[in-house]
Amino acid sequence: MVERTQAHDSDTSVAEGTERDVNSARDWVKRQFYGETIIDIKNLDFFYSKNQVLRDVTLGIPKDGVTAIMGPSGCGKSTLLRTLNRMYEVVPGARATGEIRFEGENLLKTDPVVLRHKIGMVFQRPNPFPKSIFDNIAYGPRIHGLRNRRQLATIVEDALRRAALWDEVKDRLKDSAFSLSGGQQQRLCIARALAVSPQILLMDEPCSALDPKASDRIEHTARELAEELTVIIVTHNLQQAGRVSDNVAVLLAGGELAEFGPTRSVFEDPEDERVADYLRGRFG
Amino acid sequence: MIQTTAFSLLGLGSLFGFFFLILILVWIIKQGAPAISWEFLTSKPLDMDRAGGIAPMILGSVYLTLGSLLVALPFALGSAIWLSEYAWKGWWVRAIRIGVNTLAGVPSIVFGLVGVGLFVVALNFGVSLLSGACTLAMLSLPILIRASEEALRAVPRSFREGSLALGATRWTMIRTVVLPTAMPGILTGSVLSMARAIGETAPIWFTAVAFSMNQPYPTSMLSRVTALPTHLLYLTQYNPHYNETKPIQYGTVFVLMIVVTLLNLTAIVWRTRVRRKKSW
Repeated sequence: MVERTQAHDSDTSVAEGTERDVNSARDWVKRQFYGETIIDIKNLDFFYSKNQVLRDVTLGIPKDGVTAIMGPSGCGKSTLLRTLNRMYEVVPGARATGEIRFEGENLLKTDPVVLRHKIGMVFQRPNPFPKSIFDNIAYGPRIHGLRNRRQLATIVEDALRRAALWDEVKDRLKDSAFSLSGGQQQRLCIARALAVSPQILLMDEPCSALDPKASDRIEHTARELAEELTVIIVTHNLQQAGRVSDNVAVLLAGGELAEFGPTRSVFEDPEDERVADYLRGRFG
Repeated sequence: MIQTTAFSLLGLGSLFGFFFLILILVWIIKQGAPAISWEFLTSKPLDMDRAGGIAPMILGSVYLTLGSLLVALPFALGSAIWLSEYAWKGWWVRAIRIGVNTLAGVPSIVFGLVGVGLFVVALNFGVSLLSGACTLAMLSLPILIRASEEALRAVPRSFREGSLALGATRWTMIRTVVLPTAMPGILTGSVLSMARAIGETAPIWFTAVAFSMNQPYPTSMLSRVTALPTHLLYLTQYNPHYNETKPIQYGTVFVLMIVVTLLNLTAIVWRTRVRRKKSW
């Protein structure tokens, strides 16, 4: 809050009329709305071979709260999410150009292994490893070199608690992860991502394979996690975006970012006519 | 009418294969089973192979086969990992694949001769357990590579992505997720390749086998050995007492058949158990 007042003081002389000032004034207004941004995407284009999936996306993702990425199927919302931790690189021929600033660097040019340590991810379908519940959670810390049993146990318990799974599995940590239900498996995957203490958690339609009750719990967990880290969630479910997110980015077919703003204001009064159509189609 | 006749003929044809299998089994069990005794399995041949047992041959076969696996598996795993995880599609990869498949079709006597040239002479291992194991390893390579590659490819993409997303390097991912998941499949392939290698005669005939044994049990990697199939060849072709060694010939075949069947059964049971257990 202190920061914002300072920003206010230094920016009082803004409205001079030149284009640059208008832009910085806009930035200033945005900062009032969203607070600090953690990731700044600038002019991002994305291609699968010659097929362009994202077009000139520019977007600042706020550090606080949950940001939802929405849009019709095939609009590139999962791709946008996967550029943030460079997971798109597993697909041959995939290429991203532009800039994504994170911690003062263009993350498209940093070491993806280090990056993924800081930006965790949960996938559409729960994908636990064929190992025990404990070993699944301990996997991340272990590959980063932690061997101490007691420390591992502490991390595992903490991660499971934060993913709201501890009470259900504390007596059977040695059981196979596949003995859990789908919803539990997804929370296990959340816990697995949390165990390496990421600053950002990416969730790629985490509830698409789950029943409503299990989805509910995942949404609840996402909200709670947003208290301590940045959550970015891809969803095609408007109700879910409404319940879970503070801000929403809407992509349109063709991979163009049409609108970004606080979820309520985007839902109730979208600026872009096409977004309004999309939302109407979805609601009504 | 024509159709019924055709189907009957085709059905008869398919019975043929089964018929031969039964014939071989019955014949060998009938002739070989009487020779089997505890003494036969645990003692060495006596009196110019007319009496005694075949323990050194059993042991030799086991050593040769395990040795070949030990030699071949690292190479096979390496190339399977490279083929399935690192190599992108291209003429080079295709050439290697074709090479591996062609290797599988090379007659085993050719492997035997290459083994003599390469291991016995050029590398100076002599006629020994080591040379025989290396020659059998060449023969097992294509089976092992193919089985391992298939097992590696069967590991779902979601496991790999899960690992990479946690900040694993490619190699860490392979080591900690892909290989452990593929291991049962790789082991099944190994058992099958052992079942293949243990029945081979030609590759070890010039590279590992001793005919008259002062010291019938192998003492080191460089001693000569005898194996079950080569012992049979020796008894039937080179031993002057052909008729007197007949019970021992059949006993040897019987033991070999049992070992091969057991290995194959192990592989089958293993595979079904793994398939049932796997839940992704």
